Amino acid sequence: MTDKPLSIHDLPNSYIGRTVPRPNARRLLEGRGCFVDDISLPRMAHVAFLRSPYAHAEIKSIDLSAAAESPGVIRVVEGREMAEHCSPWVGVLSHLAGLKSAPQYALAVGRVRWQGEPVVAVVAQSRAQAEDALALVEVDYEELEPVVDMETALDAGTPVIHPDLGDNLAFERKVDAGDVDAAFTEADAVVEETLHFGRHTGVTLEPRVTLADYNAGDGKLTVYMSSQAPHMMKNIFAIHLGIDEDDVRVVCKDVGGSFGIKIHTYPDEMAAVTLSKMLKRPVKFLADRLESFTSDIHARDHRVTAKMSVKDGRITAIEMDDLTGIGPYSVYPRTSAVECNQVLNLAGGLYDIANYRAVGRVMFQNKNVMCQYRAVGHPIAFSVTEALVESAARAVGMDPVELRRNSVFRDDAYPCTAASGLKFEGLSHQKSLNKIFEMMDYDALRREQAALREKGIYRGIGMAAMIEVTNPSPMFYGIGGAHISARDGVTIRLDPTGGVTALTGVTEQGQGTEAMIAQIVASAVGVAMEKVRVVTGDTDTTPYGGGTWASRGAGIAGEAALQSGRALRANILQVAAAMLQSDAGKLDIREGRVVDADTGAERITLSDLAKTVYYRGNELPDGVSPELIATRHYSPREYPFAFTNGIQACLVEVDIETGFVKLLKYWVVEDCGTVINPQLVDDQIRGGVIQGIGPALYEHCVYDDQGQMQNATMADYLVPMAAEMPDIEIAHVETPTRESALGAKGAGEAGTAGAPGAVANAINDAIASLGGKVTSIPATPERILEALGKL
Amino acid sequence: MNVDREITLTVNGERVTARIEPRKSLVDFLREAQGLTGSHVGCEHGVCGACTVRVDGEIVRGCLTLAAQVDGAVVETIEGVSDSGEIAALQQAFLERNALQCGFCTPGMLLAAAALLKENPSPSREEIREYLSGNYCRCTGYQSIVDAVEAASVAMKEGGR
Repeated sequence: MTDKPLSIHDLPNSYIGRTVPRPNARRLLEGRGCFVDDISLPRMAHVAFLRSPYAHAEIKSIDLSAAAESPGVIRVVEGREMAEHCSPWVGVLSHLAGLKSAPQYALAVGRVRWQGEPVVAVVAQSRAQAEDALALVEVDYEELEPVVDMETALDAGTPVIHPDLGDNLAFERKVDAGDVDAAFTEADAVVEETLHFGRHTGVTLEPRVTLADYNAGDGKLTVYMSSQAPHMMKNIFAIHLGIDEDDVRVVCKDVGGSFGIKIHTYPDEMAAVTLSKMLKRPVKFLADRLESFTSDIHARDHRVTAKMSVKDGRITAIEMDDLTGIGPYSVYPRTSAVECNQVLNLAGGLYDIANYRAVGRVMFQNKNVMCQYRAVGHPIAFSVTEALVESAARAVGMDPVELRRNSVFRDDAYPCTAASGLKFEGLSHQKSLNKIFEMMDYDALRREQAALREKGIYRGIGMAAMIEVTNPSPMFYGIGGAHISARDGVTIRLDPTGGVTALTGVTEQGQGTEAMIAQIVASAVGVAMEKVRVVTGDTDTTPYGGGTWASRGAGIAGEAALQSGRALRANILQVAAAMLQSDAGKLDIREGRVVDADTGAERITLSDLAKTVYYRGNELPDGVSPELIATRHYSPREYPFAFTNGIQACLVEVDIETGFVKLLKYWVVEDCGTVINPQLVDDQIRGGVIQGIGPALYEHCVYDDQGQMQNATMADYLVPMAAEMPDIEIAHVETPTRESALGAKGAGEAGTAGAPGAVANAINDAIASLGGKVTSIPATPERILEALGKL
Repeated sequence: MNVDREITLTVNGERVTARIEPRKSLVDFLREAQGLTGSHVGCEHGVCGACTVRVDGEIVRGCLTLAAQVDGAVVETIEGVSDSGEIAALQQAFLERNALQCGFCTPGMLLAAAALLKENPSPSREEIREYLSGNYCRCTGYQSIVDAVEAASVAMKEGGR
């Protein structure tokens, strides 16, 4: 397109679109990062928690006396005392109409409602001494019948977990667009699937960890946290501890994996921070792995029944019933209704259909809490639509690729609105489908599959198309009353060294946020990337912002960085023009130097310019008021979200004797708009795919009928390891969002969004000819053998 | 039984004498008493590999080894092998291939990869995947790590090491 104006991507010294190493990776490679547990403060004490061994019980009495006498113990606290210092919270938001939840306390008061709920806190000189004392705490429980099965949570005989709420229904939503019944009546075929999605969890390799330091001298609270959202947590600590918010500082240094785990309000962390205030000394809490499994938020846990109709080779309608269990509380402040809400939005957003009807219900139960984890709702929605597509294609004798091709929104259909109400600015389903088709050599794979089948080898090819919510506007949380910034800013400062420091409210958990910001800042200002320092994760110094979640870092803070860099560039050129008696329009900044735009001849280095401004301002012409700093913010306004799209495909081999699945190859085509750093984007996608393969094949929080988690160790809870994972080939289509100059959308969750559907479809493609179909994930060998009628 | 005992060992080339609780794990001793926080604690039951350190030349799980067991031993951590330059080729390959995201598993992964390349200077991708299958990485999906170890193996041969 020759009439397209030059963009930042065309600048001669642009880093946009280039693979460059992450500036912050070197120290991590030398073991010289700084994770919260690496920090020790003077007079630091350690807290350990006694947790409920029961899923549901009345606390009859607690005896802390022996624990209080244990060596090294500083303080022992139970729920009622804790509640005097830390007020309870309720995880509801007004835009999720009807959502209800009960007050949740830092330590259980009166009743425990899941196995793992913290009941007593022991603070001691060392963690080991605190744990020694836990063994001496006496709690007398009276067991209550637990609510474990979401299917029966509303039955008359089922106990109500929070009697004040009336029933165990936390949230319900219905969508009804077009005429589903008519579409089903007229259809060539209607297929139905019931799919089960097991609970799983994030298993961040660094467990949750918090070090709170309350300084009674000035009333200031500093909390070092492994967190994705420092400003959100600052607000929450202030509200519930009764501290002026301006006196709270949250610092996030290196974060050892997060994936949506470290973005919620956890009772143990609230208790640890409260104890620092109570004891007027630093208190550290570090979850051990058992605590992680029973108290980090869990994800998914859905049962979906859905139907799809096909007429004349196109999908015409989808109907869906989604049921999910969220544990005993809606998690604060993001709530546990968002996943169900997303499932409903997304399942009706992938295909160009007019008829969509869905109901989603969210149940309380006596299991660990469930909340937003990487690709919230997406894997459920697209496992459902993509399983239906494969079934529907079989029912009408089409190749599923063809049915998708006929049913997606056409690439020239934008802007448009989906049956579920989602608004799309621009997607590339058709281009992406064509691309993956070529990339994987689909026809050759099908021929190979047929040839191997003759030899008794069962290979399967599965695909999943997807869209992803990225760059969320205030419509995600803020509109419902959450104190979560949808806006993010970047402040950029030129120093006398010629170096540039960029401060931003988004955070780094290993995605490469800091590299991405540095690339954009360097490009926008006109300096080498080595001259850019990026500061994240400190509420005292960075611009107010939302942090990194919902694939918002590159799209939102990236745009702020671009605009801020351009503003600083303009400021610098204004000073340079005055100093050089030139016109700012005739000057440019390239590689740290002010040059003549036409000839590229150097006029002054940024270092010399800044030294003059800071040290010898007397040399500046009258009337020049230099500002070698600039701040810009960005929040999407036009669209609630910048949707991305993509398609994934998987080749598996199923051993029909053992039920083992071997992943042979994986392909992804992704459209996340402007790609800033191809390597970082591809590695986000790869990591995301693996986190989708995990729950498809291995990961499962297994509960018994008493609400006891049965596999809360790393040896028993299986995650993908190097030996089993395939190589993943990735290609891109780039449809930049026009809402920002940068054009970037998010890429952090796409892999996880599509992988479970693609893997499940591949397994079922492999065993379909034997009459088998797996309808529950993880698709364990046991479940595959059951599907084959061998168990 | 619970009386502190004295141990003397070599940590990253320095002679260290310390009094320790018998129950103190090696990784806690290194992190807390020696300030060597590069070895990480991920599971405390020998599964994840984040605490991998070297004792008398062999990689071990720092969480399953008691500090009391290393009396008289030579212990090396990520900080030591970084300063000596011993794993520089691996670190460079990890940097260039972005074979780390959060970095929490990385010290253990690098020590395991170094042990592999010592045993087998030219491993296949399958051999790399197999050898590293005792080290969790939750971020990368492993492909970049396999790429980096493969690249380091080539670089080390070309560099004559």
